[in-house]
Amino acid sequence: MAWTWFHRLGSPPYIYGLAARLTPWFAWLAAVLIIGGLYGGLILAPPDYQQGDDFRIIYVHAPSAWMSLMVYSTMAISAGVGLIWRIKIAHAAAASCAPIGASFTFAALVTGSLWGERMWGTYWEWDPRLTSELILLFLYLGYMGLRSAMDDMQRADRASAVLAVVGIVNVPIIHYSVLWWNSLHQAPSVMQLAKPTMPPSMLIPLLMMLFGFTVLFVALLLVRLRAEILNRERAASWIREAVTQ
Amino acid sequence: MTPRRKRLVLVLGIIAGVSVAGALALSAFRQNVTFFFDPTQVTSGAVATGERFRLGGMVTKGSVQRAPGSLEVHFVVTDFKHDVPVSYTGVLPDLFREGQGVVAHGKMSGTTFVADEVLAKHDEKYMPPEVAKSLKKRQAESATPGGA
Repeated sequence: MAWTWFHRLGSPPYIYGLAARLTPWFAWLAAVLIIGGLYGGLILAPPDYQQGDDFRIIYVHAPSAWMSLMVYSTMAISAGVGLIWRIKIAHAAAASCAPIGASFTFAALVTGSLWGERMWGTYWEWDPRLTSELILLFLYLGYMGLRSAMDDMQRADRASAVLAVVGIVNVPIIHYSVLWWNSLHQAPSVMQLAKPTMPPSMLIPLLMMLFGFTVLFVALLLVRLRAEILNRERAASWIREAVTQ
Repeated sequence: MTPRRKRLVLVLGIIAGVSVAGALALSAFRQNVTFFFDPTQVTSGAVATGERFRLGGMVTKGSVQRAPGSLEVHFVVTDFKHDVPVSYTGVLPDLFREGQGVVAHGKMSGTTFVADEVLAKHDEKYMPPEVAKSLKKRQAESATPGGA
């Protein structure tokens, strides 16, 4: 059958083994891209004509902010798939996404705040972009809190999945906040349809960091997913075989 | 309908419902969500008199005047349609420049906006200093009569 590959993706032992095999590839690719991107961004790229060297925080800030949205979308889609098709592994993937996404969101808020102090003259303003990103952090934390408040795994899966799916509404709001409303935050330089507003010497390291952070997320997700599967299937016989091997 | 189809419709329905609710709430609070008002909105009376608000726009080139011996500074904020003069006493952020974006917090006093906080608004353009210099040079050349 043509669908067997798809059905295998719902099988915990198969995913457990597949994740173990794939993790090193993603981890090494992420390491190469991030080290290269940091070298290009912090050392090779020229300073900005107005911000000087302070602009270099973009090499951590923009990829973190991008990942905060991307991880949330992944989490919400997984949770939705788990909710509709009752696939346990999809709930496990959504649960694995949350702490990673919360960390990226936190990094984006902190780096943005430091840059804001130097450039805008303030650490924090209740600006649409900043506020909606803070709400995203609370969505991640609320999702994690809701999960750990329930002992029954199935109830935790379903209740938290509804929260994750509802929260997806915030993702386009964050992205378009700087275009829909007057905002202190600048419009996107790279994630837009027109030409990037940056020369290649600054842009290439930034794209390497964006790609590197994405691959890093996949590597972290695979590691967390294996831990999540181990915890969920701890009574299953295939786990005993896999662990004692 | 199969149970699975029912759940699919339910989930899509929830997303659609929350999106509509969010859109309605955000458009109802449009005034509150907006971080600043531009000079056109201010001159057309979008802000009640005596109310504190944020004014945002470009600092007009050549409009910045510093009072000698004090931190008092006067400049004009424009959106290229209307101008609002601003007075401010205090330290300006690093990125405050003529021809750059700025957001000031304060209230109107007559026709002048008296600010107690000034933030620099950065744009999305990044370039190395040499490129900025040569861009400026080329602009100056094309501005002089007879220049290419």
